Amino acid sequence: MSPHKPTLAVYKFSSCDGCQLSILNMEDELLDLAGALDIAYFLEATRAERPGPYDIAIVEGSITTPHEVERIKEIRRQAKVLIALGTCATSGGIQALRNFTDAKALANTVYDHPEYLHYLDTATAIAEHVAVDLELWGCPVNKGQVLEVISALLNNRRPNLPAYSVCLECKRRGTICVLVDKGIPCIGPATQAGCGAICPTSGRGCYGCFGPTRSTNLDSLTNILTKLERTPGETVRLYRGISGYAPAFREIADELLKEAK
Amino acid sequence: MQSDRSPEIGSTVAIQKNVFNSLLSKLKEQGYEIVGPHVENETLVYAPIAKLEDLPRGFVTEQEAGSFRLVYTGHTRYFDIIPGAQSWKQYLFPSRAELFTLRKADGTWNMETPRPTAPAYAFIGVRGCELAAIQIQDNAFLRGDFTDPIYRAAREKAFILAVNCLHPASTCFCASMGTGPRVEGDADLTLTELEDVFLLNVGSELGRNILSGLPFESASAFVLNAANRGLERAAQQMGRSMDTSDLPDLILNNLDHVHWREIGERCLSCANCTQVCPTCFCWDATDTLSLDGNQTRRERVWDSCFNPGYSYQAGGNTRPTIHSRYRQWMSHKLGTWKVQYGTFGCTGCGRCITWCPAAIDITVEIANLRKEIR
Repeated sequence: MSPHKPTLAVYKFSSCDGCQLSILNMEDELLDLAGALDIAYFLEATRAERPGPYDIAIVEGSITTPHEVERIKEIRRQAKVLIALGTCATSGGIQALRNFTDAKALANTVYDHPEYLHYLDTATAIAEHVAVDLELWGCPVNKGQVLEVISALLNNRRPNLPAYSVCLECKRRGTICVLVDKGIPCIGPATQAGCGAICPTSGRGCYGCFGPTRSTNLDSLTNILTKLERTPGETVRLYRGISGYAPAFREIADELLKEAK
Repeated sequence: MQSDRSPEIGSTVAIQKNVFNSLLSKLKEQGYEIVGPHVENETLVYAPIAKLEDLPRGFVTEQEAGSFRLVYTGHTRYFDIIPGAQSWKQYLFPSRAELFTLRKADGTWNMETPRPTAPAYAFIGVRGCELAAIQIQDNAFLRGDFTDPIYRAAREKAFILAVNCLHPASTCFCASMGTGPRVEGDADLTLTELEDVFLLNVGSELGRNILSGLPFESASAFVLNAANRGLERAAQQMGRSMDTSDLPDLILNNLDHVHWREIGERCLSCANCTQVCPTCFCWDATDTLSLDGNQTRRERVWDSCFNPGYSYQAGGNTRPTIHSRYRQWMSHKLGTWKVQYGTFGCTGCGRCITWCPAAIDITVEIANLRKEIR
């Protein structure tokens, strides 16, 4: 560890602030965190701002405007380690739904004066614009995972983040598989663990907010899900949810739509 | 003939069904935490139970590859339900357990190893296949050269009331694996449920002790015959079967067969089969380090050979494809397990078939592999 306390900067891009709140929600650990890190820039927590460079930059949100494209480049220049926080930052998030349609038509529908808007046609992940050192998925992120990553950085070790599917988290907590037991469409078998299987434990299917696992078989899962559809097109909508612009989910949904035509 | 003496070990006695509540009370008085099948959130789990009425009377399970449904038919039997996803493994080999905590003080690390503590469980309704699975895990965790203290703490105190299966599910194949439907292993008591009475076979001193003082009568030839006939019928009604005659060679001599790749196209690598399997014992150790680096806690958690990280080692993943991970699982269950422990790692409970979202059926895959080779 360096002799000085590592500096931390937390930034927000297009997002709902929920992932930053996950940091502030660490009620039991927040004081330790403030003790271990020098919080130099974190507008949601403090008005005090200090200029970079920073040891750790945590970035929430996706890139949706020309201004954001420039801003993230500057943040990258100021950061030794850059962490993309949450599914907006790792895949574009829910606002990436506009990537599947005509953003201009949406703007015209929503705003009286769309000519005042400066936006990009797509909402995209931080990693599509700058090099990202670590991605933490989730909508919102799991605060335990945030702490784990910071602890790993402070102690010079690899963070312990699961590479397996949500199924394992269901089983570890004794949740009965909603897909097999109730026939509820669930993309947990193809979704990265990390949430603790919140949705299946509440009796609903996983909708993939922690993003696709690295080793999965979406073709087979799609065959299963299309047979369970309660409304036509449900499988496509499941894949095109909060992490719908993640390449694996995006491609399988595109394929399904192509087949449907 | 009504009796309140102690029954002989090895004998079979009959009790009125409501007497079972006295049996449960007695277990509770002796400090047991009683767990058994229970309907919760509209599905079947193993959970704490206190009385006969907590059991899933009137329910059956309809099980097929990739599908499980709990159905109420209104029948009057308490132990007629074929188990669901959960198994007794969750009590003996908990999904999460602390191994130790390291604390740094004055420049030195101190290790604190918690003394394994587990309640004395009374397992009510252990099936033949499940008892066989417990004995298979015993082989892994209670070895001569190494004993797992966490497993042992729960296992050595557990009271086992086993149940003979009279109505197996369509995914069951215990008869062909030699583990059921009649309970073959060592249980403290083994129950057979007839329409009006429970028959209890006394398997141990502990079982005898629990029954002593309760109103029982020795089982008549008539009821014993009824139980035997029921068990014969159950063996014939078994939904599936596994031909083990050419195992493990069939698998071990055909590790490069194209059939594995074909399974890999369907397998999700989600690990469900291994997690519901009552014999799968793989685990991972995870460390949680405090921010200041002065304390770390190591936990043991359920892991699976289907997880990409499981076979990751220096140089990369030794089983990078889904088919290679499926092959690893099946060749262990039905192949190398036998080399390692002298038994198969499969008891024919059928959980991996029912709970596979992709409906992959181990009995069908073995039969297909055999067919393709001939």
